[in-house]
Amino acid sequence: MTEHTASDRPRVGLFVTCLVDAMRPNIGFATLKLLEAAGCDVEVPSAQTCCGQPAFNSGDDATTRAIAKQIIESFARYDYVVVPSGSCASMIRTHFGEVFGDEPDWIERQSALSAKTWEVLSFLSDVIGYHPEDVRYDGLATYHDSCSGLRDLGVRDQPRAMLANVDGLQMTPLKDNDACCGFGGTFCVKYPDISNAIVAEKTRNIVETKADTLLAGDLGCLMNMAGKLSREGHKVKAFHTVEVLAGMAGDGGICGEGS
Amino acid sequence: MIQTSDRFKEHVTRALADDDLKIALSRTTGLLQARRRQVIDEYAEYGAARERAGAIKDHTLAHLDHYLEMFETNARANGATVHWAKTPEAARRIVTKICTQAGAKTATRVKSMLGEEIGIAQALSDAGVERIETDLAEHIIQLAQDPPSHIVMPAMHKTHEQVAQLFDDLHDIAPDTHDIPDLVGSARRELRQKFLSADVSISGANFLIADTGATVTVTNEGNSELTCTPPKVHIVTAGIEKLVPGMAHASVFLRLLARAAIGAEITQYTTFYNGPKRSGDADGPEAYHIVLVDNHRSEMLGSDLQAMLKCIRCGACMNHCPVYAAIGGHAYGAVYPGPMGSVLTPALSSLKAAKDLPNACTLNGRCKEVCPVNIPLPDMLRNLRARQWEAKLASPVTKLALGAWRFVARRPKLYHFATGMAVFGMRLLSLGRTRIRRMPMAGGWVKYRDLPRPEKGSFMQQYKASKHAGEKRP
Ligand code: SF4
Repeated sequence: MTEHTASDRPRVGLFVTCLVDAMRPNIGFATLKLLEAAGCDVEVPSAQTCCGQPAFNSGDDATTRAIAKQIIESFARYDYVVVPSGSCASMIRTHFGEVFGDEPDWIERQSALSAKTWEVLSFLSDVIGYHPEDVRYDGLATYHDSCSGLRDLGVRDQPRAMLANVDGLQMTPLKDNDACCGFGGTFCVKYPDISNAIVAEKTRNIVETKADTLLAGDLGCLMNMAGKLSREGHKVKAFHTVEVLAGMAGDGGICGEGS
Repeated sequence: MIQTSDRFKEHVTRALADDDLKIALSRTTGLLQARRRQVIDEYAEYGAARERAGAIKDHTLAHLDHYLEMFETNARANGATVHWAKTPEAARRIVTKICTQAGAKTATRVKSMLGEEIGIAQALSDAGVERIETDLAEHIIQLAQDPPSHIVMPAMHKTHEQVAQLFDDLHDIAPDTHDIPDLVGSARRELRQKFLSADVSISGANFLIADTGATVTVTNEGNSELTCTPPKVHIVTAGIEKLVPGMAHASVFLRLLARAAIGAEITQYTTFYNGPKRSGDADGPEAYHIVLVDNHRSEMLGSDLQAMLKCIRCGACMNHCPVYAAIGGHAYGAVYPGPMGSVLTPALSSLKAAKDLPNACTLNGRCKEVCPVNIPLPDMLRNLRARQWEAKLASPVTKLALGAWRFVARRPKLYHFATGMAVFGMRLLSLGRTRIRRMPMAGGWVKYRDLPRPEKGSFMQQYKASKHAGEKRP
């Protein structure tokens, strides 16, 4: 890792996450825009795929290790790795170390990478100290705390503080804001009925807030909640927090709801 | 209780269709969470106490043989007979033998999950001993012939309307009204005489104290005292992991237990049993037995499941688990439900017999956050999945899907091509709408939720296009 002085711009490798890549590139571009506005030089290494969570959470440690090595190699040259997802950031930051049992070289490289990997909002707030200005979003929003970001990485106050700078945006609290939405990666595919019961509870709480907008920091959770809201016929629009902060929250939310 | 964890999915389907269960669970969990938060906020030393409790348990487990010996010596000095049971069968044999030798016709029992674990109820009935559950919730489920669904609130799955119905139907004298105080009064009327006339009492223990040989029970109803004092024989059954070195250590746990379990600062009754009645004592049993049960616990020592032996059975993890809140305790098909049960059940039976339990978890981490002794439950569940993967116990569908994913995820070029194709395919499936309601292989998702129609082109495609065109991105 190259030391950078205050005068040069931090070099950031953007890890796009597989869901953002396929389902909502807007979140990737919003992240890019915010990072550049915050004075970073951003690159998107093309050798990235997925953070490895499907394998990790299924107990397939050999595959997780192979993917971790791929990520370690393609991101080693940056000062920071930034991820628009608490869950994928936590995968790299807190869980990669669990699969390297007996390879000291790789453990060293892995811990160096983990130490410089950040979830986007905590990076902007805690590392760079950036707060967006002159952003507008008219609406009443509520915020869901996604589990990994909240519990593994301590992302709680940062998004709220940054959102407080957005003109026209009112926030209203969500009951059980820290309760899982039932997504859980492979969980929602393996146990769809339980997942549905959990997300139904979540959407009930969201609708009760009377908010017109739902914000969160993880596309997986957002797709789950937005997909359920849409299926239930609610007009609540869901956005990733960076979309609002970058002024890139359009008419249609994640599931086209509200459009 | 007979373990039926292998039928987890069946149980889940039934649980999700049970409206009474839904009401019962949502009434209780919300309340318990709020109460817990309040007493923890008011307990300034919470963080330090939690740390201390974890350290005490780690120390005790590291020297468990030493403390067990110390406990045995001191308990014997107090006049107790100490028995060792490697297996549930051995424990049942010991308990029934004591009952038969005492010529017991009735036995009162105060809540003990370990009693469930070793199958005391069946053993007593096989030995012709009438069993009387003295805890209010246990009394309810005994009437309903249900197993417990929670380790602290065994009747958590029942609404008070259902309880009223049970009492109307099965109590000698029906309750006056269906108000909760009248229901409690009715249970008291039903049980009081039985308490006093029982031949044997069987209790569990929340803690075993090595340096005094005492066994400790905490209750809110005072039923432990009523259960264990009048009969002439008292039998304590306890897992070997319940040990703490001394009184001062026990008090650290007592302050945490009630707060984590029911959101109270302290439980109403905490009793230290120190052997049978001595000359000059006004009351107490003539004989006092302690049965120390292993049942796979010593195998957990030194393994990656050792931390599970720190558990003080407070139930906070289940009170905060979204899966438990959706399906209730019975769905787990095992004595111990919820997050702690999903770790413990495979350890006490086998990974195969409990194959769904480590998987039916979103790994959201709230259980670990609320656990008063900081057991890393999600990590342990994940480790169990890794063991399953190694033992090739993963389902064929999972293996197939992961196999395909693994193939592309390790080849970035192919991966980006495949993602581009998937995006193209999903846009076709959206039929021009902004959301997708039908999709092959995503049945579980679209059954309940819409899927977004992806943007035109993946991030990588758009990013490359914009870079190649030499233009600045949006
Ligand atoms: S695992 Fe922790 S939270 Fe769960 S019952 Fe045991 S001590 Fe309580």
